[in-house]
Amino acid sequence: MRSEVWLEILESLSRNRLRTALTALSVAWGIFMLVVLLGAGKGLENNVTHQFRDDAINSIWIWGGETSIAHDGLPVGRDIRFTNRDYDRIREGVSGVEHITSRFNIRGDFTISHGERSGSYRVRSTHPDHRYLEKTIITAGRFLNELDFTEKRKVAVIGDLVSEYLFEGADPMGEYINIDGILYKVVGVFEDVGSEGERQMVYVPISTAQAAYAGGERVHNIMFTVGDAGIEETEAMTVQVRELLAERHRFDPDDPRAVRVRNNLENYQQVQQIFFFIGTFIWIVGVGTVAAGIVGVSNIMLISVKERTREFGLRKALGATPSSIIGLVVREAILLTSASGYIGLVGGVAVLAVVSTFVPENDYIRDPQVDLTAAVGATALLILTGTLAGYIPARRAASINPIDALRDE
Amino acid sequence: MVRLDKINKSYRVGGQSLHVLKNLDLRVEPGEFVSIMGSSGSGKSTLLNIVGILDGYDDGAYHLGDTLVKDLDERRAAEYRNRFIGFVFQSFHLLPTKTAVENVALPLYYQGVSRKERNALALEYLGRMGLKDWAHHHPSELSGGQKQRVAIARALVSKPRLLLADEPTGALDTVTSYEIMEVLEEVNADGLTILVVTHERDIAARTGRVVHLRDGTIEWDIPADEFRQRYKV
Repeated sequence: MRSEVWLEILESLSRNRLRTALTALSVAWGIFMLVVLLGAGKGLENNVTHQFRDDAINSIWIWGGETSIAHDGLPVGRDIRFTNRDYDRIREGVSGVEHITSRFNIRGDFTISHGERSGSYRVRSTHPDHRYLEKTIITAGRFLNELDFTEKRKVAVIGDLVSEYLFEGADPMGEYINIDGILYKVVGVFEDVGSEGERQMVYVPISTAQAAYAGGERVHNIMFTVGDAGIEETEAMTVQVRELLAERHRFDPDDPRAVRVRNNLENYQQVQQIFFFIGTFIWIVGVGTVAAGIVGVSNIMLISVKERTREFGLRKALGATPSSIIGLVVREAILLTSASGYIGLVGGVAVLAVVSTFVPENDYIRDPQVDLTAAVGATALLILTGTLAGYIPARRAASINPIDALRDE
Repeated sequence: MVRLDKINKSYRVGGQSLHVLKNLDLRVEPGEFVSIMGSSGSGKSTLLNIVGILDGYDDGAYHLGDTLVKDLDERRAAEYRNRFIGFVFQSFHLLPTKTAVENVALPLYYQGVSRKERNALALEYLGRMGLKDWAHHHPSELSGGQKQRVAIARALVSKPRLLLADEPTGALDTVTSYEIMEVLEEVNADGLTILVVTHERDIAARTGRVVHLRDGTIEWDIPADEFRQRYKV
């Protein structure tokens, strides 16, 4: 009996193939678009998270620049160069600094060798705290420590790709690598969640590098994390850093180009905000598409019921109860919307899967996925409204007088 | 079989009350073959609706057999229609997507009879109408007379107490009309009570008794012999 009801419904759906197909299409398209849009939004968001994941979000980065405002009798165009003293003063003088490091850049790629094998890699000289800034993950040994720094030890921490290539799977710990003629002892291996470039890096103590490459006291940039400080606190710290440096290097604290300060937290929040708006927009468009589907289903159900007034009248005369007629129409609506909604859902998910599998890594979209709860929720909403769209005219059809319905015009 | 006692029925039309049936009394004995005639607006459709349990009435009493049919809810009314009454319509009203046998089986579907059983029964009734070979044809492939015979089979398949026919020959030519009347006469000869609404005198003349309605009451109610004499048909 149950299955026969469905047979009746399938028969009625197949009677109007074109109309059924068009309704199904409008529903499937609505869900499909919603899924693809939500997936694309998620992909954009994933990409941003990915861009930010290399560096600590709660960090402030400072570079020296060139003055653009004359100050204290000094001309514009003066280079601001940081030294170890700036690092010390920020560490001691700015409240809220959690982990701090500076970098002394040694320019260019270095030929680094171990035994017969050699490769070209970048060398970065830092303080021990640097690992908190770049989210460096130690997989063997340790990172640079205070002793390395104070004793200017010739030690190196190498990226896993460096280790893999130079040591061909052998344990690099305690081995020596040759960086441009100077031997460094490997004390650790690390991984980095950032790009491959980060994993091809070699870290050495900043003190060692300054001594070995004629750096003197020079540092190129200073960065520190701020713990769980909020956006306002980090802004206050930025101002404090600027004022401190302005006083030391005699530039106007309002000079925007004398030093460059990047507040990652601020950037992150700004980008997050943009994505919040994009996300909202996507939802609005998606809901609009689904609403169009709903209107389509409602229309079709209305027409379908109207066309079948006679049939329902006859069925009533032959003993159909009003509820059995409502059931017939409502089930038809449910079957139509759920089947086509499912097709749209599967189609959308399939497109996203194809995109994330076959589209090469790029700067715009990454791993587009859809929040299945949202997609299934939208499908459920569509089925519900489709049901309602069937129910309302069906109730009217079920209450008609058969004789009126069957009377010949 | 049908007992109507002082039936009153009014409709509200545009704020005005229209008194359609006025204290109508009618008795139809089991096995009778009765025609109901009357001009449009005489109340014959309303009478048919009430007897067919498609519509209620304001006061009075309607007994179908021993059953009082009054103030039924929709569910109950549907059940009574299904079990007690068979309908035949002027324009057949067969479902175009169903074959003849499926159309005939439809009332049994609403009784919850299994597919196999009801198709067997439907085929048997089609056979009685001489349409066994047409069982798997769709209505569009049948002639008007054949369609009406399918509709009669459908009305009979649920073994009703009463057959109601609303202008059953209205859409047919004279020869076919008489064929259909022959079928109804046979069915009546088997003991089924039949009520036919018609405006054709030659059709009414072939029944056993003619009831004429006018302005919501029975104007006259005479045996068919008398009717034939009166109108020379």
